Amino acid sequence: MSPTAPTTLPEPVRHVYADEAPVLSVAGLAKQYGPGCDWCRDPEAPLERNICPRCGTVHAVRGVSLEVHPGEILGIVGESGSGKSTLMQCLYFDQEPTAGDMRVTAYDGGEANCFGLSRQQKRFIRDRIFGMVYQNPYLGLRMTFSALSNIAEKQIAAGCRTVSTMVARGEELLGRVNIPLRRAGDAPRDFSGGMQQRVQIAKALSNEPPVLFLDEVTTGLDLSVQARVLDLILQLRRDLGVSMVVVSHDLGVIRLLADRTVVMLDGRVIEHGLTDQVMQDPQHAYTQELVYSLL
Amino acid sequence: MRRNYNFAFLDEGSKREIRRAILKGVAIPGYQVPFASREMPIGRGWGTGGLQITLSCIGPDDVLKVIDQGSDASVNAVSIRGLVQQTTGVDTTTRTEEATLVQSRHRIPERRLRRDQLLVLQVPMPEPLRTYEARESVTKRLHAEAEYTGAYLELFEQVVRYGTTTTGADHPVMVGGRYVMAPSPIPRFDNHKLDDADNLTLLGAGREKKIYAVPPHTRVESLAFEDHPFVTEEFDGASCCLCGATDTYLTQTTDPATGESVWMCSDTDACSQRLERARLATGQKGGDAR
Repeated sequence: MSPTAPTTLPEPVRHVYADEAPVLSVAGLAKQYGPGCDWCRDPEAPLERNICPRCGTVHAVRGVSLEVHPGEILGIVGESGSGKSTLMQCLYFDQEPTAGDMRVTAYDGGEANCFGLSRQQKRFIRDRIFGMVYQNPYLGLRMTFSALSNIAEKQIAAGCRTVSTMVARGEELLGRVNIPLRRAGDAPRDFSGGMQQRVQIAKALSNEPPVLFLDEVTTGLDLSVQARVLDLILQLRRDLGVSMVVVSHDLGVIRLLADRTVVMLDGRVIEHGLTDQVMQDPQHAYTQELVYSLL
Repeated sequence: MRRNYNFAFLDEGSKREIRRAILKGVAIPGYQVPFASREMPIGRGWGTGGLQITLSCIGPDDVLKVIDQGSDASVNAVSIRGLVQQTTGVDTTTRTEEATLVQSRHRIPERRLRRDQLLVLQVPMPEPLRTYEARESVTKRLHAEAEYTGAYLELFEQVVRYGTTTTGADHPVMVGGRYVMAPSPIPRFDNHKLDDADNLTLLGAGREKKIYAVPPHTRVESLAFEDHPFVTEEFDGASCCLCGATDTYLTQTTDPATGESVWMCSDTDACSQRLERARLATGQKGGDAR
């Protein structure tokens, strides 16, 4: 070192708990159907279930906040009509929320509210950062296109223009979800429900998204297929470290998959905590009812 | 000529509306402009879109050529030419180079069109994303956002199923780097004729009520994948059984005399002109080859 060089102090050591930063954080998400009135604009106003008694506006989701950490599976439980699917569709930009804020770390480091982005940017996030598996495979798949094309769709959207790359990736994913390659060129229309669900999972994974949304993935599948799909989901988390939001009304599924659980009722989060904690020591009357009715 | 109709059949208000749609189409190459498709004396889906464009643009000094699948003599071409001729009194021709306005179904003439010639194509399905997305409200939005995954997915599906793209005709094109467009059911062989053309091409879909355009010298690229480039039809060295051409679009037919399968130029005008040139070159005189 030359003697004229200025002496610089060593950089202070900073511990960056990158792992602690959520990959997805949502605050105050609300979705209402109807104009709303002065009465129901107050977030604490008592409603008839989720309907405003004065103006009839349906508040499907009211002020939901949640965070998902890397490699974590967040479970959302609640009865039919509690707003689970609407919440998921808002997160995946299928529906426009009435209010709310969503930060996606993988997109811009969580700098901007993703609900305020342009349609192209939202599409970018949908195609590259999120994956979605719908309850109804007809929503998530193009039933008349082959399984391979379904998987390739997201890659094409992400700008891939090489057939061989997409075919190789599609076959790899189909292998991962246990679909025989000789069915790769067949349309999901001709598949069983369980296979359709697995093609959806393969499609959702095609761009290796860091965040996966699973909406009632096992509903309507028989028990052995259910078990295989659940196994697959746990494998994906283990191998790829994908963070997931899993919606289900089946507490068994949530208990098996989720690290943390959020309980929804009438569009609100009424309880949240570690899954074991929620299952073993439910605090809210509705959660207690839900847990005790578990066979 | 006794006229029972307004010049060119349509009333002036209708023509003006159609011309406005055309102008908008020219201003936004490849963009489908909706227009109020009129009732025409031929059935919708039989060229009413092209016919309305022709009738709106034609003037008394125009020379008209109408072709159907390359032929000036097929029913569709003859009746449309007759209708326009009777309601306008314009001259008609079968020679591409003499025409100022060419209305065509499913072919672009082999001879390169000049800048003072107008090509009108009849379009059955103007929406290249229709099989991917059935809702017009959604396809409009996809075009607005230049989101063309669907068009590529369609081609990908063909490659997955058949090992190659199987669009016999109407292979989608990217116009001016912005809009994906259905070039009407012209064979892939004709797609490159749209690219950097000297002439203006107008496309009309009467049943679907859309008009769009490719202005002169616009970049028109056929969609393809990096490892599956766009290819035109191959005829494996076959030549036209009449004129011997090997560089034109050929169709297969059966020679009624021998019962053999033979190839023939699809563009009958290009074929007969080539024959004529050959006859002049050899000093032969004589009747028409057909």
